[in-house]
Amino acid sequence: MLTQFVQQLANGVVLGAMYALIALGYTMVYGIIQLINFAHGEIFMIGAFGAFTVYRYILPDGTSLWIALPLMLLGGMIAAVAVAVAMERFAYRPLRNAPRLAPLITAIGVSIALQEAVRLYYPDARSKLAFPQLITGSPIPIGFGASVDRASVVVVLVSVICMVALTLFVRRSRMGRAMQATAQDPDTARLMGINIDRVIVMSFLLGAALAAVAGMAQGLYLGQIDFRMGFIAGLKAFTAAVLGGIGNIQGAVVGGFALGIVEVMAVQYIPGQFGGGAWKDVWAFALLILVLVFRPQGLLGERVADRA
Amino acid sequence: MTAMLEVDDLRVAYGTILAVKGISFRVEQGQVVTLIGGNGAGKTTTLRTLSGLLKPAGGQIRFKGRRIDGTPAHKIVELGLAHSPEGRHIFPRMTIEENLLLGAYLRRDGAGVGRDIQRAYDLFPVLGERRKQAAGTLSGGEQQMLAMGRALMSQPELLMLDEPSMGLSPIMMQKIMETVAELKAAGTTILLVEQNAQAALTLADRGYVLETGRIVLEDHGQALLGNDQVRKAYLGED
Ligand SMILES: Nc1ncnc2c1ncn2[C@@H]1O[C@H](COP(=O)(O)OP(=O)(O)OP(=O)(O)O)[C@@H](O)[C@H]1O
Ligand SMILES: [Mg+2]
Repeated sequence: MLTQFVQQLANGVVLGAMYALIALGYTMVYGIIQLINFAHGEIFMIGAFGAFTVYRYILPDGTSLWIALPLMLLGGMIAAVAVAVAMERFAYRPLRNAPRLAPLITAIGVSIALQEAVRLYYPDARSKLAFPQLITGSPIPIGFGASVDRASVVVVLVSVICMVALTLFVRRSRMGRAMQATAQDPDTARLMGINIDRVIVMSFLLGAALAAVAGMAQGLYLGQIDFRMGFIAGLKAFTAAVLGGIGNIQGAVVGGFALGIVEVMAVQYIPGQFGGGAWKDVWAFALLILVLVFRPQGLLGERVADRA
Repeated sequence: MTAMLEVDDLRVAYGTILAVKGISFRVEQGQVVTLIGGNGAGKTTTLRTLSGLLKPAGGQIRFKGRRIDGTPAHKIVELGLAHSPEGRHIFPRMTIEENLLLGAYLRRDGAGVGRDIQRAYDLFPVLGERRKQAAGTLSGGEQQMLAMGRALMSQPELLMLDEPSMGLSPIMMQKIMETVAELKAAGTTILLVEQNAQAALTLADRGYVLETGRIVLEDHGQALLGNDQVRKAYLGED
């Protein structure tokens, strides 16, 4: 019993770390320009493909793990950031002063365009691609008879490092302060000498880099990637962001872990007809609806998602 | 000598509606100039256009002899024009110190910034006592002090204040106006927008009276204080 619970908690934390990484991108962009960037899931997917590309086309066979992983991550980040920055520049910026529905619909269009572009033009992307299982070795015991595989440990560690780094960046750096100021009052931020366009690009850039970490993490964790992977992951991460309070960085982290754990626990403990893996997305989205009805500002939210 | 600020036939529109209908005025170095006028006269619109938040529909703005109409807001601060906006607009979820640091966003002289933060605390001791507190927890008057301190952090050559006494208790209002007087005595060039015409005109070297987007009167501050029309319309006398 306890073993099973601890095991599922560990699984939930791994899943939650990935949700949290993606949710941070939603929440930063929303916090600054009140846009729900529905194409953010595809940035995650492109991050995974970027990492895969480095492995498939660039690294020689037998490259050591310690060289391969960072280079793949770098490749994923470059791909994700390039696409995200181009998306902001060419799809969203021209709509900065348009009615709110316009960028939202554009985001959905960008999302579909990116999926289709990968499906059509990336070699063999019509079917699932096997992501290299680089992190091997026996699972690590975590007590109570439960254990986690090494890839999961790496995923959680790297995720937590990224989240801490992001928090420090936003709180302490000059650019981070500019981001906070822009989120709180964009016109006044401009009066301080802050170039809002640069801040917006920075929020897309940081979100994309974190999404690339999540994309590569999912490849390592599940052993496969495909052009559709951003759709569900994006919706889940959006749910996590709303759960924590959209616009709130700590909220995205809390919401991500909470959603991962709830999802895993629901699959494990809801009995009978509604139990099992087939229902896991239902529980995640039911949670989203409950939050929207009873606590629309999210668990930690101070920024009410009034205009979402 | 060219004026620090020269505004020439400035027009500003919201959509198709002109809110500022061709106004001209000047601010010389070291002067305090005030724009007074009732609700909706176009005072805030004028300041927001000077600082680049709004684009003019026509006319020219020259700051230190250089045209700045059409220049983005973040570049205008860099030229030395700071704007403390109506309603204060401090960053509520950041600390007082972080608000002041944002005022110095463009400065690269860390030591100088530190000194100027200390100067702001000397000017407004209450800010120093609560430097690590979220700015949103300050009272209205304290927020106004913070907004003024923040605007000064950019070391402006021209400071624009939009209704610094708005919504404040008489004591607070007096404190803020005393501070403006101190800044004036220290040689700061100030463009002051006020509904509190008495206080503004008392301080001002020159005043302009704005009504529905036009300048209807201009004179020395003292002369306007004595002007019948002004006394009736803005000083509540009859
Ligand atoms: N964002 C806006 N959109 C449309 N019209 C506006 C906007 N802001 C101001 N106006 C209009 O422009 C005119 C001038 O407004 P402005 O705020 O400049 O006046 P003001 O002199 O600052 O008044 P107050 O003393 O009440 O602050 C008013 O008629 C106002 O209704
Ligand atoms: Mg006004």
